[in-house]
Amino acid sequence: MAEVLVLAELNPAGGGVRKTTLEALTAARALGEPSAVVLGAPGTAAGVKDTLAEYGAATVYVAESDDVDAYLVAPKAEVLAQLVSEKSPAAVVIPSSPEGKEIAARLAIKTGSGFLTDVTEIASDGTATQAAFAGATIVHSQVTVGTPIYTLRGNSVTPEAAPAAGAEQPVSVSISDAAKQVRVVERVVEQKSSRPELTEASIVVSGGRGVASAENFSVIEGLADSLGAAVGASRAAVDSGFYPHSFQVGQTGKTVSPNLYVAVGISGAIQHRAGMQTSKTIVAINKDPEAPIFELADFGVIGDLNTVVPAATEQINARK
Amino acid sequence: MNIVVLVKQVPDSGSERKLDPADNTVARASADNVINEMDEYAIEEALTIKEAQGGEVTVLTVGPDSATDAIRKALSMGADKAVHVVDDAIHGSCAVQTSAVIAAALQQMEYDLVLCGAEATDAQLSVMPALLAERLGLPQLSGARKVTIEGGTAKVERQTDGGFWALEAPLPAIISTWDTINEPRYPSFKGIMAAKKKPVETKSLADLGVDAGSVGLATATSKVLDFAGRPPKGEGVKVTDEGDGAQKFVDYLASQKIV
Repeated sequence: MAEVLVLAELNPAGGGVRKTTLEALTAARALGEPSAVVLGAPGTAAGVKDTLAEYGAATVYVAESDDVDAYLVAPKAEVLAQLVSEKSPAAVVIPSSPEGKEIAARLAIKTGSGFLTDVTEIASDGTATQAAFAGATIVHSQVTVGTPIYTLRGNSVTPEAAPAAGAEQPVSVSISDAAKQVRVVERVVEQKSSRPELTEASIVVSGGRGVASAENFSVIEGLADSLGAAVGASRAAVDSGFYPHSFQVGQTGKTVSPNLYVAVGISGAIQHRAGMQTSKTIVAINKDPEAPIFELADFGVIGDLNTVVPAATEQINARK
Repeated sequence: MNIVVLVKQVPDSGSERKLDPADNTVARASADNVINEMDEYAIEEALTIKEAQGGEVTVLTVGPDSATDAIRKALSMGADKAVHVVDDAIHGSCAVQTSAVIAAALQQMEYDLVLCGAEATDAQLSVMPALLAERLGLPQLSGARKVTIEGGTAKVERQTDGGFWALEAPLPAIISTWDTINEPRYPSFKGIMAAKKKPVETKSLADLGVDAGSVGLATATSKVLDFAGRPPKGEGVKVTDEGDGAQKFVDYLASQKIV
């Protein structure tokens, strides 16, 4: 069976494999036998290779070097290009983070290939599904040149275990000076949260202008915590200073595709719909019965969020 | 400090956007076309750097004749001049091909810094800095929420989930900016009038030394096979809260096996 290279996206500081990697391993099986590629500082692979094997990696290529971590994007693309030239895989699948897309782009140039970003499905003939114009149009696309490179949008595929050998194969790494131009001086975490990451979460609860203040976002956070959900915010809420920009869902923020999206006090401007309309189930709570968000909603409550949301939070917590 | 800002004209993300069923490319002729919103932040950043350190800001656009409107907007904000690459053969190009055209244009220009928006709102690939950096051997400092230029060094805070990465690289470099970085200025009346007289140089693929057969739909590295509108959602259930809204919401979640 043809080999498919899957770049493993890992949590920082030994935090294990990200769910997006398991999704990529699952999607890659449509095209052939997945091999995982682990790129990072020395010692990175030890804690993750069992999980990669459990989700179908026949081989785990381990390219460990301090240079991979110390410089932005370019070293990772260089190592992957080396593997593509050595192994001639049928395809390369990369989780669709900002870094993942940039690696895919550089790899495409290095290997003379085409690439498709933010795909939601990969068929066995290599055809990918993409949601264009922020989800309003569904597109089928194909790479026509070189080794097809895909970046897979988070939460598009349900990870399925498929135990494989996970045979470790070390890759010798020597990063060129050209790939060592952009030094990562420091990685700074400003908001530590116990909540799931927005683009990975299976439930997202978002607040909009209707939440009315930064303090009142505690109502949104309360409901999110009762559901084990991530918190999001509309651009209107972010621009009003109610919630930090890194939680913005929409055209100019994150695109999310959870199982359940709860839009609270969000009118549903195109800007916002662009970031969430591929969610599987959508619930809207808004006091304006004419709010366009209700057009997208599977279930809508017309009412004051300040009474409905706290009461619902209490009931959900009581059911536990 | 000479700065080139990459500017793209896109269909307005606030209006209906379509693909053209004739060749599955973005329907630009019928669209409400505007300057890519994210590029305005790059222009503002370029103008701020120029105001502090001197030099010139040049806009570089690849696009049809109508993209002149986006160029004028950038010039009216305060950019000094523009290069507009126009050639019918470019129609339908993929990102890989477009990056070859932009790279060829940049090679004919003098710059210390290339700035662009962190994404175009039509295709949302967010990869142009990576593609150009790879082609031109430039440092790629993408996704900036803060830019500092000190002597020959660029320092960037790259926005990440819940924080940032501090990046550093020598100039010349390419930097892309998010909308968290600044507040773009509105063109003044004076700026709008002045923009009409600023030089816009038009270049064809031949001027850039790019083979017309290497770009465009026929030789694109990926192609759209077909497309369709998202299937409409079934009519949802809508209830009005009469003291029982929370209960009905939780009942719905229970019916979906979420709680």
